[in-house]
Amino acid sequence: MASTQNGAAFVAFERVQKSYDGETLVVKDLNLSIAKGEFLTMLGPSGSGKTTCLMMLAGFETATYGEIRLDGREINNIPPHKRGIGMVFQNYALFPHMTVAENLSFPLEVRKIGKADREKKIKRALDMVQMGDFGGRRPAQLSGGQQQRIALARALVFEPELVLMDEPLGALDKQLRETLQFEITNLAHELGITTVYVTHDQTEALTMSDRVAVFDDGRIQQLAAPDELYERPENSFVAQFIGENNTLTGNVKSIDGQRCIVTLDHGEEIDAVPVNVEGVGDRTLVSIRPERVEINPDLGPDAHTLDAEVLEFIYMGDTFRTKLRTAGRDDFIVKTRNRADQVRLKPGEKIKIGWLPQDCRALDA
Amino acid sequence: MTDSTTGPDQFTGPTPDNALRDADGEARADGPMLAADGTPLKRSLNRALRAQKLRALGLIAPLLIFILVTFIAPIADMLFRSVENQIVSETLPRTVAALDDWDGEGVPGDAAFEALAYDLTIAAEEKNHTRLGSRLNYETTGISSLFRKSGRGVDDIGEVHADAFADLDPLWEEAETWLALMSSEDYIADEAVWRAAKDGTLPPAFELRDGVATALPRTADIFAEFARVIRIEDEDSPATEEPWNIVYRALWSDLRDNPDAAQAFAGGNADLVAAAAAAVPDFPDEDIRAAFLDIDEDWDDHDVWGTIEAFSSTYTSGYFLAAADFQLTPDGIERQPEDQQIYGLLFQRTLFMSLTIMVSCILLGYPIAFLLSNLPLRTSNVLLILVLLPFWTSLLVRTSAWKVLLQQQGVINDTLVWLGLVSDANRLELINNQTGTIIAMTHILLPFMILPLYSVMKTIPPYYVRAAKSLGATDWTAFWRVYFPQSVPGIGAGCILVFILSIGYYITPELVGGTTGTFISNRIAYHISSSLNWGLAAALGSILLAVVLLLYWVYDRIVGIDNVSLG
Ligand SMILES: Nc1ncnc2c1ncn2[C@@H]1O[C@H](COP(=O)(O)OP(=O)(O)O)[C@@H](O)[C@H]1O
Ligand SMILES: [Mg+2]
Repeated sequence: MASTQNGAAFVAFERVQKSYDGETLVVKDLNLSIAKGEFLTMLGPSGSGKTTCLMMLAGFETATYGEIRLDGREINNIPPHKRGIGMVFQNYALFPHMTVAENLSFPLEVRKIGKADREKKIKRALDMVQMGDFGGRRPAQLSGGQQQRIALARALVFEPELVLMDEPLGALDKQLRETLQFEITNLAHELGITTVYVTHDQTEALTMSDRVAVFDDGRIQQLAAPDELYERPENSFVAQFIGENNTLTGNVKSIDGQRCIVTLDHGEEIDAVPVNVEGVGDRTLVSIRPERVEINPDLGPDAHTLDAEVLEFIYMGDTFRTKLRTAGRDDFIVKTRNRADQVRLKPGEKIKIGWLPQDCRALDA
Repeated sequence: MTDSTTGPDQFTGPTPDNALRDADGEARADGPMLAADGTPLKRSLNRALRAQKLRALGLIAPLLIFILVTFIAPIADMLFRSVENQIVSETLPRTVAALDDWDGEGVPGDAAFEALAYDLTIAAEEKNHTRLGSRLNYETTGISSLFRKSGRGVDDIGEVHADAFADLDPLWEEAETWLALMSSEDYIADEAVWRAAKDGTLPPAFELRDGVATALPRTADIFAEFARVIRIEDEDSPATEEPWNIVYRALWSDLRDNPDAAQAFAGGNADLVAAAAAAVPDFPDEDIRAAFLDIDEDWDDHDVWGTIEAFSSTYTSGYFLAAADFQLTPDGIERQPEDQQIYGLLFQRTLFMSLTIMVSCILLGYPIAFLLSNLPLRTSNVLLILVLLPFWTSLLVRTSAWKVLLQQQGVINDTLVWLGLVSDANRLELINNQTGTIIAMTHILLPFMILPLYSVMKTIPPYYVRAAKSLGATDWTAFWRVYFPQSVPGIGAGCILVFILSIGYYITPELVGGTTGTFISNRIAYHISSSLNWGLAAALGSILLAVVLLLYWVYDRIVGIDNVSLG
């Protein structure tokens, strides 16, 4: 899986910067290596520079500074059509005046591949996305999901080693999206192609990728495997962006190796893991996942707990969601599994909450 | 985004149209679907939609009426005029009838001349003969002056007889005599009342006496015409004017053919007619043909009579034949002489130049539209205003500008000579010929190419070209195979606009086209305003219309008219 040594990297961004207007940097000092065969997702809010990175890789935008390498070769000055990179666009970009088969034939024709070969490859690519019977249709006669499949087939038909996808499923409904997510990852792994996938949907990123690069403000905030990203966010942006999170603000009171005590603004003290706090007295934002919070915990004598009042109890089938008022906030969420022995809290009830220190991460404020 | 999966045609919801379609389908499947009240669904839906349709009709009614009056009606009138030809049979009805017996050899017999004398007298009194002369002059030159001359001379025909009757009995010179002889008792009474009243109203309409028409057919005919013309032209009654000379000639010939005519009359009238009938054999004869030849020798010309005969029918193909460089001669349809075959050439030239203008508009307009559509909106709006600039300058200003630029001593030639590209002796002729027309018209019509192109190109999203390039296409391949086909609807719309506008353009070719750079429309204008041959103008216009429709059909066949878009 993910090998990050620069020497083996298939795709590498090195200190890449990009500015459209000469005033603001849209991409700031991007360093990223992608291994051969890896499925890497760029995840981030809209406007964070994901598409720009992809376009620089595809060759439609030039990097203002820095180097982009593909298979060890610097490609900054190679025009897009010579890069041999497959690309799937959000709006499919199927040529409306050509049939499906002609669309697929296009990349093969410009590569001067013979007719017989072409037909074989087109058939294989269409079968791959289960669209074998649709060769004669026009894009306008296909549904959104079908168009997306064809777009995928077209990006793969000329057997590129690298495929870029920019929010390819953004326009589809949830169910279709999930089916296609599955198909795309399967295909990518089967064919062994390196994939760079852009999305702003965190579930998509977590379920599909080998590694996820979380973008914000033109920088990679964290580059890690999905589980690591979820469980060990390195800064408050990642913690808040990925999954649901309770956040409390305060100052670091003391640090002792992998443990620290944080004094919350409301006065209480809690235990946390120091992730990126420098020293005593720093402002910090602690984050606790709702499912790691325990109600009326039994954590030992010196563990810190907080007093809380139940505001709302929501039955969600597999889980219960309880909204609490604690430490001066009234949006603290606790998620508990629906077990037979699980107590069902009532609004107004006074309880204590707590957590294991390693589940509470003290991040930059 | 232009995701075309939900274009307007793919609506599957309950739009009125879809409902009607569905209702149709239902009806076919298993008997008519019924609405809640038991009426067939389709009928009740139609009823529900009727109010909507009426309102829609009400909204377009003003435009519809406007179009009918200002567009459809003139076109219908033009089509009608291009074949209409009533003037000959209306002005010379008797001659046309007499020519039925003519074998078409040489010059027709005396009967035709006789009829012509009647017709021409009436026409000259009504001043219609010059109009007819001009009309027939389109076909055979010289007829116009022949008719004008004959109109002046024709009232001498019959003078011998008038004198002879007057010599026989001075009563024949009296208008009252004629009135009593020819008109019915009722008319005499009415006329007396009218004359006494003198209130400025029109005299009563003339009525013939019973039996006169059988006893004296020619006299009755021409006298009735005489009364009618007097009434219309002079607002007077035949009781106050001595009849035309030709009436005496008619009476003379009637009495010669029917000596017993007096039996149809009573009293004094009978005596008068009987005396005249007895004297008529001794009256001098007047050779009618000689009388006409006396007026103008051209009446002995076979072509004159042939032309009258050829154009005597109410509808004629003559204008269309003329417009196609043929002519309708007395001996059938013939090609115009070589030096008069101008319309075929003009049509060809018009088509050729329109195509050239269209192609130059594409060549000049496509890159501009491409550039404009790829610029940010603000910049492209400013540039679009520049594109529209030709519309803002008055035609005269532009024309003078072209003259200054294009003439042989003009700016362009001066520059070329200065640069040494052409020698002073061989300055280019850029105006008052085809080149001038093409340059000026391309300039004028360019916006009509750029605007549809621009609006179509604006809707082509940039990601298609990107996709093509990512698939390995070079810039040129991406443009030619992906971008260009999607801009074809804009080219189609632009071509149709430019071509149809230029094929009927008039003012610019007139101003800068000289003699070799004019269009068929200039000829049409000439026939409308100078030669006044509206029929030919209408025929040329109809042919132009047909050519445009034909080209439109061909275009639809080759490119497809749905493949035209204004954006
Ligand atoms: N062609 C462009 N010209 C100028 N600014 C652009 C252009 N494309 C993107 N931007 C700006 O760059 C930033 C990043 O955009 P983008 O890479 O599209 O973000 P993302 O794909 O993550 O939503 C945005 O602020 C956007 O406004
Ligand atoms: Mg984007």
